[in-house]
Amino acid sequence: MSEFASGTLTAKNIHLSFGSNHVLRGIDLHVEKGTTASVIGPSGSGKSTLLRVMNRLIEPDQGDILLDGRSVLKDNPDELRRRIGMVFQQFNLFPHKTVAENISLALRKLRGMSKEQARDEALAQLDLVGLKHKADSRPANLSGGQQQRVAIARALAMKPEVMFFDEATSALDPELVKGVLALMTDLAQGGMTMVVVTHEMGFSRNVSDVVTFMDAGVVVESGPPEQLFTNPQTERLQGFLSDVL
Amino acid sequence: MDILNQLAESFFDWEAIGEVLPKMFAVGLPNTIVLAVVSGIIGTALGMLLALMGISRNAAARWVARIYTDILRGLPPVLTILVIGFGFGPIIRELTGSTSPYPMAIAALSLMSGAYIGEIFRSGIQSVDKGQLEATRALGFSYGSSMRLVVVPQGIRRVLPALVNQFIALIKESSLVFMLGLLATEREIFQIGKDAAANSGNLSPYVAAAIFYLALTIPLTHFVNWIDARMRSGRPEKKEPDEAAAVVGKGAQA
Repeated sequence: MSEFASGTLTAKNIHLSFGSNHVLRGIDLHVEKGTTASVIGPSGSGKSTLLRVMNRLIEPDQGDILLDGRSVLKDNPDELRRRIGMVFQQFNLFPHKTVAENISLALRKLRGMSKEQARDEALAQLDLVGLKHKADSRPANLSGGQQQRVAIARALAMKPEVMFFDEATSALDPELVKGVLALMTDLAQGGMTMVVVTHEMGFSRNVSDVVTFMDAGVVVESGPPEQLFTNPQTERLQGFLSDVL
Repeated sequence: MDILNQLAESFFDWEAIGEVLPKMFAVGLPNTIVLAVVSGIIGTALGMLLALMGISRNAAARWVARIYTDILRGLPPVLTILVIGFGFGPIIRELTGSTSPYPMAIAALSLMSGAYIGEIFRSGIQSVDKGQLEATRALGFSYGSSMRLVVVPQGIRRVLPALVNQFIALIKESSLVFMLGLLATEREIFQIGKDAAANSGNLSPYVAAAIFYLALTIPLTHFVNWIDARMRSGRPEKKEPDEAAAVVGKGAQA
């Protein structure tokens, strides 16, 4: 039984170009409900862009995106994004608002909660990430690890069906990475559907159900972590793994 | 010593200053404040509109804002006030029957300050990290709501000092409206001083006017410095080491 109302996410044959730069060249990705897919690959391979296409921060030139088997490309993109939480490398907390307000803003404006309801919900979410005592601080007064946990709480407060993590630990000092990864592991084990773009090979190997290796806008290899990490089939993945491990 | 005496008499004739003071307080000061505050408010609203047009995804809106700003920022204030005051004054007179150039003075000052304030707001909004817009949109807010709730408030906060500086400039530029020939009750600090100086043949009323301007502008200048310093340092708050860090990191050794 999952703690979350997770959904199944599928991207089919996604193409995207910026001018003459063909960034995504026919990407397929299927993330079964309640599972974690990690996406690895060298910088500039299109991993982060793929996330932004799948929640329609960027519209694809071609292809389809399905949530629970239904195409979402004709829906209002704002409503789609309320169903998909996203966590960024740079946290992107709102610096002019308190920690609790960072979380309650969307609850009030998009979920129609009253100020009190939204604050209660924000405090409950902060409690889950162990930062309830920071509710009235400003983000600038939190460490990077704490800020990222607030950002995760902010996304979770919207009760998303899928969570995206865009290199969520890359901007953190090494000693702060652990806490954030532990929280992501809890979510994965709690049954959240997650797409995790990461350079943390340990997390990718130990936590994800499927690993997808991207390079130059295409999926080069995809499969269970054991298979990809112990028995990579392509030269490109072999090269990448020998560089990062 | 003759020269010093002469200068003292020209500039610090206490009797002449005393004579002009009541009128300065009763007429000049209120009018200067009304001109600056009203055109400051209209200019701020106009500036916000111009800033939003300037960063709009609509090319036509961007062009209108650009052209307006280039022209109004590029003209000497004297010229703008004269052209708007004398050019549009007769039309207003025909429409409303009012002969007062006062509304035209406010219009000219508002249109000018709007161009400057628009640039101030635009630079502030554009300096906000684009991750802020992205994160807000990722939560499910529309572009408009994201700008209104998250991006624009941060942009404005950053340019508050520049905005107050613009308001100081407006107080000073309001002196130029004397050229429109205001009615006796509409005259502001500068013109009260100028009239008194012309009547007495002594420059001391100008000194009185100067003191009034400085009394308005110097506190504002220091207010700018205060917000600037406060924004730089922020409200002090104790920073704790991250719990996760305490196991191995800097917190553990502290």
